[in-house]
Amino acid sequence: MKSTLLAGALLAFATATSVHAQAIKLADVAELSGGGATVGTNWKNGIDLAIEEINAKGGVLGRKLEVTHADSQSNPGVARAQVQKALDAEPYVLLGPGYSGSVKVTAPLAAEAGIAQIMGGEAAELTQAGNKFLFRTSFGQQSSMPKVAKYIHDEMKAKTVAVVWVNNDFGRGGRDVVVKELDRLGSKVVADLSTEAGQADFAADVGKIKAANPDAVFVYLNEEESARILKELKRQGVTAPLMGETTLIGQKVIELAGEAANGARGHVGLTTDAPVDLIKAFREKFSKKYNYVPDHNGLKGYLAVYMVKATTEKMGKVDPKKFAETLHGLTIKAADEPGILMDVTFSDTGDIDRQSFLVEVVEGKQVVKQVLPKVK
Amino acid sequence: MSNLFDLLVAGLATGAIYALVAVGFTLLWQTSQTINFAQGEFVMLPAFLMLAAMHAGAPFWLAIILGILLSMILLGLAFKMLLVDPMMRHGVLPLAIATMALAIGIKEAVKQFFSAEASPFPSIVPTGDISILGHAVSLQSIGVLAVAILAVLGLTTLLNRTSLGHQMQAAAQNPTVARIIGVPVERMILLTFLINAFLVALASLLITPIYLAKFSSGEVLGQAAFIAAIVGGFNQVRGAIAGGLLIGVLDNLAAAYVSTQYRAAVPMIFLIAVILFRPQGLLGRAEERTV
Amino acid sequence: MSGFAKPLKIALGLAVIAGLIFIPMNFNRYGLFILSQWAVMSIAAMGLNLTLGYAGQVSLAQGAFVGIGAYAAAIMTTHGWPLPAAILVAIALSFAVGWVLGYPALRVQHHYLAFVTLAFSTLAFLVFRNESWLTGGIYGISNIPRPHIFGIATNKPLPFYYVCLGSLAIVSLAVWWLIRSPWGRAFMALRENPLRAQSLGIDTRRYTLMAFAIGSALGGVAGALYAPLTQYIDPVPFNLSLSLDLLMMVIVGGAGFYFGPFLGAMIAVLLPEWLRFTEGYYLMLYAVAVMLLLIWSPTGILGILDRYMAARRTKAASALRAVAKSRLETVQ
Repeated sequence: MKSTLLAGALLAFATATSVHAQAIKLADVAELSGGGATVGTNWKNGIDLAIEEINAKGGVLGRKLEVTHADSQSNPGVARAQVQKALDAEPYVLLGPGYSGSVKVTAPLAAEAGIAQIMGGEAAELTQAGNKFLFRTSFGQQSSMPKVAKYIHDEMKAKTVAVVWVNNDFGRGGRDVVVKELDRLGSKVVADLSTEAGQADFAADVGKIKAANPDAVFVYLNEEESARILKELKRQGVTAPLMGETTLIGQKVIELAGEAANGARGHVGLTTDAPVDLIKAFREKFSKKYNYVPDHNGLKGYLAVYMVKATTEKMGKVDPKKFAETLHGLTIKAADEPGILMDVTFSDTGDIDRQSFLVEVVEGKQVVKQVLPKVK
Repeated sequence: MSNLFDLLVAGLATGAIYALVAVGFTLLWQTSQTINFAQGEFVMLPAFLMLAAMHAGAPFWLAIILGILLSMILLGLAFKMLLVDPMMRHGVLPLAIATMALAIGIKEAVKQFFSAEASPFPSIVPTGDISILGHAVSLQSIGVLAVAILAVLGLTTLLNRTSLGHQMQAAAQNPTVARIIGVPVERMILLTFLINAFLVALASLLITPIYLAKFSSGEVLGQAAFIAAIVGGFNQVRGAIAGGLLIGVLDNLAAAYVSTQYRAAVPMIFLIAVILFRPQGLLGRAEERTV
Repeated sequence: MSGFAKPLKIALGLAVIAGLIFIPMNFNRYGLFILSQWAVMSIAAMGLNLTLGYAGQVSLAQGAFVGIGAYAAAIMTTHGWPLPAAILVAIALSFAVGWVLGYPALRVQHHYLAFVTLAFSTLAFLVFRNESWLTGGIYGISNIPRPHIFGIATNKPLPFYYVCLGSLAIVSLAVWWLIRSPWGRAFMALRENPLRAQSLGIDTRRYTLMAFAIGSALGGVAGALYAPLTQYIDPVPFNLSLSLDLLMMVIVGGAGFYFGPFLGAMIAVLLPEWLRFTEGYYLMLYAVAVMLLLIWSPTGILGILDRYMAARRTKAASALRAVAKSRLETVQ
C-alpha cells in the first residue's frame, strides 16, 4: 500500500516536472481587483481562453503554454511588486498590465530584464519613450483619436465641439489627444467636461453641453457611464450628433441605454461587435465559456497570447531574447493565424496597425458606415 | 432658469438614493454606535441575491421576497451576531475597521462567485420619463424619492407613535436605564439591524436598475450616503433625508456652477463647515461630549 | 511585553534587527520590494499610532499625508534636488498641514473629527488629480530617481531596502524617545482624560495640535520614501482607501502599543502576499482574517499578547497566594 502510494506520488511528480520542463511560461499581471477589475478580469479571461485553445491543438512548437495571473489591485505600486515577482521567475513573455500608470511603472523593469511585455494600456506616451520591449494589443490613443477628430471635422462638419471625458488615465489621455487634433483641424472645443468614474447623475454635464450648443459632442466614458449620459442627453433634448469610441457604441451600451443610443457614432478599433467572422466566432466561444459578452479588453488578452504564438512560430524556437526583435515590424495575417482575428502589423515602437471601422447605432444595431484601412 | 430646474430635479433624484441608504446608517449608529463602512456593499449585495434566485429559475416577485429575506438573515441577523456583538463593547473603531474588512470581503466574494461585469437589473418602477412643467423626469427617480420618504415616515411613526418604537428609543438613548425599566435592549438592537437589512434590500431593488448590479457599485454609494448622514445629523432618521437630498443637489450645482473637476469637493467643504459650526448635523440633536 | 525578562527582550530585539539586516541579502527583487514597502508603511502607521493610539485623535487623513510627502519628494527629486532635502520639505509640509487640520480637533472630537479628516482626504486626492501643472495630474510623475547616500547609488533593490530600513530605524528611535518624554506623557494624558489633563496644567490645545502635526509629518516621511521606492506616482494610491488601510494597520496591530504599527503593517502588506497562492480568493481570505482577528481581540494583536501576559501574571500571583496560603495552613 505504502509503496503504491509512493510510486504514485513519484509518478505524479515526474509527470508534473516533465510538463513543467516543456511548458512555455507566460506571466500575466492585471487589474483583478480595485477600480480596474472589470478591465483586468476580461483581459485575464481572454488570455485563459486563448491558452486553452492553443493547448488543445498541441501548443506552440509542440510545447504547452502555461500562465500565472497576478492581481495588481489597480495600483501602480502593487503592479510593480507583482511584475518584479513575475520577472524573478523568468517568464518567456510578460502580459499586462492594462492601466497606463501601471504600465509606466513596470515597463522599465521588463526592458531591463530583456523580456517582452505585451500590455493593454492605450495612453499615447507609452510607446513614445523608446522602450524596445513594449507592445500594444490595441490602437494607442495617438492613432485612434486623430481618426475621431478627422471624422468630427470632415464628416460631421462640426465647427464647435463639446468634449466629455472620464477623469482617469484612459479618459484624460484620449481627451488630450482629441482636443489637440480638433484644434489643429480648426474645430473649436466649446465645452470641456470632466466626469467621475462611477458617476450616476449627468444632469449638470448635459446642462452645460446644452448651454454651449455645439455642432457635435465627443463622449469618452466607460460603458456604464456612457449609457447614463446617453439617457440624460435624450432627456434634456440635446440633438447634436454624438461621436465616441468603442465605449460609446458597444453592444453593452446599446443594451443599457436602449433607444437613447440610436444615432450615436463611434470609431471602433477592436470590438467584439466588429463585422468580422472570426471576431464573431471569438465572441461566441467567450460567451459560452464565461457566460457574458466580453468587452474589448477580453479581445486584447486573447490577442496577446496569439501574438506570442505567431511570433514564436515565426522564430521557429522559444527564444525570449529574440522575441521583441522578431515582433517589431512583423505582419500577422488572419489567414495564417486565425487567432489574430484581423491582419495586423507591429511597428518598431510596438504600436499596432490594423483596419478599423466607423459605426453608427441605427435602431439598436451597429451599422458600419466606413471601413478605415490599415495605414500601411 | 430651465437648466436650474433640471439640475434640481436630477439632484433630488440622486439625493433620494443617498437618503435611502443613509437612513439605515443613522439607525445603526443610534442603537449600537456602529459606523458601518460596508453600508454601500449592503446595498449592492441584495440585488445579486435576487439575480441569483432568478438564475435559479424563480420568478421576479419570488426573487424579491427571497432576496429581502436572505438580506435580513445575512446583513441583519448574521452581521449583528457574528461581527457586531463580539466587538460592541470595545469602542467604535475596531468595529468600524471590521466593517471595512467586511466591505472588501463582500465585494471580492461577489466578483469571484458572480461576475466582475455589470449586469442589468429589472425595474419594478416602469422605466421612462414623465413630463413635469415641460421637463422630462424619470419615473424611477420619482419611485426612489417616494420610497425614501415613505421609509422615513414609516420609521418616524414606528419610533414615535408605537410602544415598540419607544422601547427602541429608550434602548438607543440609555441602555442601562432601559434595561432597568424592563426594555429587552438586546432584542431592540437586533430589530434595528433587521430594519436596516430590510431597507438596504429595498434600496437595492430600487437603485440597481439605475446603478446596475456591479460588485463595485457600493463604493460610491456608501461614501455618498455616509456624507449625507453626517450632514443631515447622524442621530436623526429624518436628518438622513435632508442630508441626502442636499448632497445630491449640491453635487449637481457644484458641477454646473463651480467646476466639474472639483464637483466632489463642494460637498466635502460643506461637510467640514457643518461639522465645525453645527456638529450635530443640520437636523440632529446635540450629543453630549464623552469626556 | 512586560512579562519577559529584560535581557531576553534585548536579545529578541537584537535578533529581529539582525534578521532584518542580514536575511534579506538573499532575497530576490520582489521580496526586497515588499519588505521595503513594509518599512515605509510601518513609518506611516507609526505616525498614525502617535495621533490615534497615544493622543486619542481619530484621523482618516494619514493616506493624504503620505500623498503629500510622495508628491513633495517626486516633484523635488525629478527637478534635481537630493532626497534628504525633499524629506525635510515633506516633513515641514505635512507638519504644517497637519497642524492646521488639527484645529477642528479642538472643536470636535471622536467620530466628528474622523469625518473632517475624511473630507480632507478626498480634497487632497482631488488636488493631486486636478492640479496637473504641479502634480502631473492623472498621468502622474514617472522616472523618480533613487538617491545617492554617502556616494552610494541606491537604485538597486537591496541598497534602497537599507535606505527604507534605516529610515524606519531613525523614526522608531525618535518615536521611542518621544513617547517617553514629557510630551509623550502629555499625549497619553490627553487620550485618557482631556479634562483632567487640562486641570493638571497641560496645554491641551497645543498638545492636540502637536499630536496631529507630528503624526502627519511621519506620514510625509513615509510618502517621501514611497515615491523613490515605486519610482512612479499617480493620485490613485493616495485616495481614501490608503487612509483606511493605515487605520486598519494601527488597530489590527494594537493602537497605543509601540510595536503595534510594525505588526499591523506586516499584516496589511505581507499577509495578502502570502495568501496570493489562493489566486482569486486572496483578498477575501485577507478580509476574513482581519475580521476574525478583530473579533478575537478588538485591541489588536498586541492586545492578545497583553491579555495573555496579564492572565499569566494573575495566574502566577494566585499560585503564589496558594503556596503562601498552604504554608500558612501547615504552620497552623
